[in-house]
Amino acid sequence: MTQLALVIDLNVCVGCHACVTSCKEWNTSGQAGPLTDFNPYGADPTGTFFNRVQTFEVGEFPNTETVHFPKSCLHCEEPPCVPVCPTGASYKRKEDGIVLVDYDKCIGCKYCSWACPYGAREIDEQQKVMKKCTLCVDRIYDTSLPEIDRKPACVKACPTSARLFGDVHDPESEVSKAIRESGGYQLMPEWGTQPANHYLPRRKTRLRIFDDELVRADNPLKIEGKPLPRPAKSEPSLDDVTSW
Amino acid sequence: MHPAFSVIFLTTLIGVGQGLFLALFTVESYAAFGLLPAQDGRFYALGSAIALGFLVAGLVASFFHLGRPERAWRSAAKWRTSWLSREVIVLPAFMAAVFLYGAAHFTGFNPVLARLPSGAPVNITAILGVAGTALAFALFVCTGMIYACLRFLQEWHTPLTVINYILLGGASGFVMAAALSAQAAPEVAGFLGGWAMILTVLALVGRTAALVRNARLKPKSSLRTAIGVKHPRIVQKSQGAMGGSFNTREFFHGRAAGFVRQVKWIFPVLAFVVPLGLLVAGFAVAAFAVQYLGLLAERWFFFAQANHPQNLYYRAVS
Repeated sequence: MTQLALVIDLNVCVGCHACVTSCKEWNTSGQAGPLTDFNPYGADPTGTFFNRVQTFEVGEFPNTETVHFPKSCLHCEEPPCVPVCPTGASYKRKEDGIVLVDYDKCIGCKYCSWACPYGAREIDEQQKVMKKCTLCVDRIYDTSLPEIDRKPACVKACPTSARLFGDVHDPESEVSKAIRESGGYQLMPEWGTQPANHYLPRRKTRLRIFDDELVRADNPLKIEGKPLPRPAKSEPSLDDVTSW
Repeated sequence: MHPAFSVIFLTTLIGVGQGLFLALFTVESYAAFGLLPAQDGRFYALGSAIALGFLVAGLVASFFHLGRPERAWRSAAKWRTSWLSREVIVLPAFMAAVFLYGAAHFTGFNPVLARLPSGAPVNITAILGVAGTALAFALFVCTGMIYACLRFLQEWHTPLTVINYILLGGASGFVMAAALSAQAAPEVAGFLGGWAMILTVLALVGRTAALVRNARLKPKSSLRTAIGVKHPRIVQKSQGAMGGSFNTREFFHGRAAGFVRQVKWIFPVLAFVVPLGLLVAGFAVAAFAVQYLGLLAERWFFFAQANHPQNLYYRAVS
């Protein structure tokens, strides 16, 4: 069974918020209506977003690291938000594992947001219904788009390719390989929600350069600092015309 | 969690309605076995009307919680999985039982349907009363389980949540019944006042047990599991938005820690200690008024105390 998901590489994310803005752009202009903002240019702006990038500082100065942390719905395999919904507006698709909200059935009781430990759901204060990441379900199956564009908007926008998209149940997919080979992990595993989205950890990448890689030690004529053997003028040259 | 007044009023008001109905049927059951003087049908009808008034008020309050109240009918759909959906079904069913119970007493249409082996009559109101009692307890369980079933809200995820909804609702309903009987049925006022005191003491014990339990709670999630970085010192530097969001409004009570601490000490006094004193002194109406105020504070604290793990992601604006 397919389970579409994102794999987010925290080692590569630079915290540019391109995924946030492209997500907002795509999903506020879609068929489902706008993702409403209030006071967008005022003193106290607020609005509905599917995706946010947060920043954390790990460690104690001077040994600190800045971790940029994109956060969106994790499309859990055991989504706690779905069974609590009284209307069935919140559901998990069998065919691809995407957790969606039917905006026409939602009564805006916010109970699903209480049941999500990740705070992935945000209510639209104008439409008064609960909204959340759809994995761009209106994009990834759109056959009018070129195949390379049938990916979530955030994945397309990421300038460092920190976001991978694919089927985490297919062991040969790009995302499964990334999870397997780069130590992919889930958020808050203690609640048994089995998030489909995975994160790849920060990794220390050190470039070690040895001197003999800059200077070829095995070529004695190119050893810097040593005077080259200089033949006398009287000695025969290579071709009897040029001298050393 | 942010204490929403719609939910505070819903849970406290229907609690009074349920408790009051249980008190009425307790009196009728005792009277049927000759343990209490039989009451006029008008007493039960008046009590049922008051209980129904509380239930309707609670139902109205609940609509203010919905973003789309015109779609509220849809919420009965998922009763197989959702406690909220079950509550939506049980509340009107209970209201219907209370209405029919009151109507049967009011009209005097109360034929004896059967007789127990002991010879005690089984009236229509007895059948309706048993059904209403079952529905009242079912409603308490539904209301409590709405909160108790959320496993990562550790303050709520305990059987004490359901027990306390039963005890607090029962206590306030019996205090209301004591206040009512002082005016309408003085012969049973002592009986109801006694049970009101017993239930208030039990509610104090149950709520204190929950407070003690929650004070010793260790949060299961930490920032380390929230972002998956295994380091003892992680500090949030930005949450992705400067002006706040649904996540910063819905899951925080928005009050200073000192205010919450004060409510924690005030609500047991208002909801349990003062009403007990007033009941002993015989001021049942005042006892109900003070206890209801105390229960509003208790419910506010119930929500404010629950610490949602999503708050780990919203500890600093920038």
